[in-house]
Amino acid sequence: MRSRVLATGHEPASGGLTLADIQRGQRARVIGYDENVEPSAARRLFDLGLFPGVEVTMVRRAPLRDPVIFRVGDYEIALRGVQSRSIHVEVVS
Amino acid sequence: MTADHCGGAGGVSTLETGLTRFAVVGSPNSGKTTLFNALTGLHAKTGNYPGVTVARYEGTTRLGEHETVVVEDLPGTYSLDPISPDEQIVVDVLDTDHHNERVDVPDAMLVTLNATTLRRSLGLLAQLQQTGLPTCVVLTFTDDLARRNGKLDIPSFTRALGVPVVTVVAGHRDGLADLRHVMSRLDSWTQPVVSPPTDPAEVTGWVDSVLDASGYQLPEIDKRTHRIDSVVLHPVIGTVIFLLTMFAFFQTIFTVAAPLQGYVESFFGWLGGLVADHVHIGWLSAFLSQAVIGGVGSVLVFVPQIALLFVLIALLEGTGYLARAAFLMDRVMARAGLEGRAFVALLSSFACAIPGIMATRSLPSAKDRLATMMGAPLMTCSARLPVYILLVSLLLPGDAKVGWFNARGVVMFALYLFGALSAMLTAALFKKITARGGPMLPFYMEMPPYQVPRWRNVISEVWTATSAFLRKVTSIILATTVVLWVLLNLPMRSESEMTAAGVDTGNAAAVSAYVIDHSYAASVGKAVQPVFEPLGFDWRINIGILSSLAAREVFVATLGQVAAAEDPEQPAQALRQMTVQDGPHAGRTLFDAPTIAALLVFFMYALQCMSTVAVLRRESGSWKWPAVAFTYMFVLAWVLAFVARTVVAALV
Repeated sequence: MRSRVLATGHEPASGGLTLADIQRGQRARVIGYDENVEPSAARRLFDLGLFPGVEVTMVRRAPLRDPVIFRVGDYEIALRGVQSRSIHVEVVS
Repeated sequence: MTADHCGGAGGVSTLETGLTRFAVVGSPNSGKTTLFNALTGLHAKTGNYPGVTVARYEGTTRLGEHETVVVEDLPGTYSLDPISPDEQIVVDVLDTDHHNERVDVPDAMLVTLNATTLRRSLGLLAQLQQTGLPTCVVLTFTDDLARRNGKLDIPSFTRALGVPVVTVVAGHRDGLADLRHVMSRLDSWTQPVVSPPTDPAEVTGWVDSVLDASGYQLPEIDKRTHRIDSVVLHPVIGTVIFLLTMFAFFQTIFTVAAPLQGYVESFFGWLGGLVADHVHIGWLSAFLSQAVIGGVGSVLVFVPQIALLFVLIALLEGTGYLARAAFLMDRVMARAGLEGRAFVALLSSFACAIPGIMATRSLPSAKDRLATMMGAPLMTCSARLPVYILLVSLLLPGDAKVGWFNARGVVMFALYLFGALSAMLTAALFKKITARGGPMLPFYMEMPPYQVPRWRNVISEVWTATSAFLRKVTSIILATTVVLWVLLNLPMRSESEMTAAGVDTGNAAAVSAYVIDHSYAASVGKAVQPVFEPLGFDWRINIGILSSLAAREVFVATLGQVAAAEDPEQPAQALRQMTVQDGPHAGRTLFDAPTIAALLVFFMYALQCMSTVAVLRRESGSWKWPAVAFTYMFVLAWVLAFVARTVVAALV
């Protein structure tokens, strides 16, 4: 349909924390996406509610380590490592 | 509702034209399909959108005494920026500028919003409002919201959105009556004064303002779901539960369906016998009882499996367990480039590829669906079993051992294992090919709260799947059966001719063997001999392969008939002692080890099943994919059978 510009939030420092790094029960705030993320994929992450500023909680890992379930706002979603590694976060204490 | 619901050759079904069309739009788990089923009941039809592997669900519903409207269930989507063929369909259907003329634009949208995930769902609503189509919001799961102590003031919510809002909980009658009333007054639907924004930077602000204005209170974490998840997704207990569930699933399709299929078969056998007894014109009697009634029987024999499969899938999906099973299996299936949900389809294919291919409907991505469909026919289905048993028993004596194990058992296990590995590899390959060039699609899977499945939903889904199978596949399977019957039984032989050839006309086995040996099928078998010669097959095996297109297990019966021609008293012995009749290898035992190995491998890979071809045609929406599947599997079967023959010949 129409293409839209994406707000990616402020650029994270390289080597920063990603969603893949947070532990079970830990909360984190999304600060932006990796620069390698395709615009269409970034747009989808946004539409899934994973936009900059939102708080995410790590719920549990699959027995084979991947994928991982996160609670985003009001629902739960499973993401593979490929996706969670591309989402930059900061830990919320 | 008297019009013909089946469309033209493209499989595009369009219901009566001239009726008002409503499209049900929403994200997965928003109660979209429940609403659709509740509105249309058993008046739903499935088809395919032109040229894509995306199933189309359409049905009619009555709004009052006189008004009937069309309702279309669009694929679930989180966004109108499509990243998959399914989502592209949603965009095409809702495109009021009409860039894709092969789909009908609806007159209005019913947008399902899950009251417990409003923050995310309103973003989709904002995008949908850009289409300019009249919109009615159907608010679902408000019971869940209340149970989890969330709050939403619906009158303020309606004012904030500026469009009609109707609450329908789980397709409940009262909500539906309200919805039907609103739908019948499409002219009076309000539109928002200012369209909601779509720029990501502004959307979140708009969503916040709507939710603030309607006193939205986020529901608490669903405690029930969490308690169940801590068991069901536990690394050890969860894995055991998963394996038990899948075992029960497989057993139901494999074992529970078998006696039901037996009843269907005996019923049609009895019916055929009845016709044979009462029709006294020889050829007509045989044609009616074997080709027509036998053909209808061979279609209906799939119904118990399909119905059971869809009961199970509707239950797994309705409770929310399917998403958990997919979560547990995702890592394994990711190796084949697929996602966890493809596991259920591949598992079903062990029973039969028909339900397996139909089970791919539960996969949200068209590319995954296609890849799984291409791999599924390689799974060792139950029709291959009698063929394998016959060939393996010809190959090895019953007391042969491989180490500690019975050699026949080892070969059977190897056949199952290679079938499964080949299916995974093929699916991976097709996924690579179809995904080539496109951007890397993100993987995500919502974990919906657990629910009690709605029986209405289960019934609708079983009905829709089974009736669609019967409508779309019967003609193809019936036509194949009739053509094969004609090939195997014509030209007719007179009694005097058979007597002259020395056939005992009182012996039914000898007669049918004579007919088959001099049939058109025999001519075809001889004509294709150069193709199968390198594999060691002669024209008699070729007849068997040709007849097995109706169903693989027919191969066993046909070989039995052919063998009966040699020695009607002891066909099994005759099979063992059969020799090649002509050509450079004349005199060689026909079923020697290299030939049997080649046949086993051929049956493992070749798409010797026209019913599978018919279902592939139905589910993929075009003849292209069944043609691709038939060709690649034939080439694979031939090449690997040749390799098997060469290797075994070198070893023996």
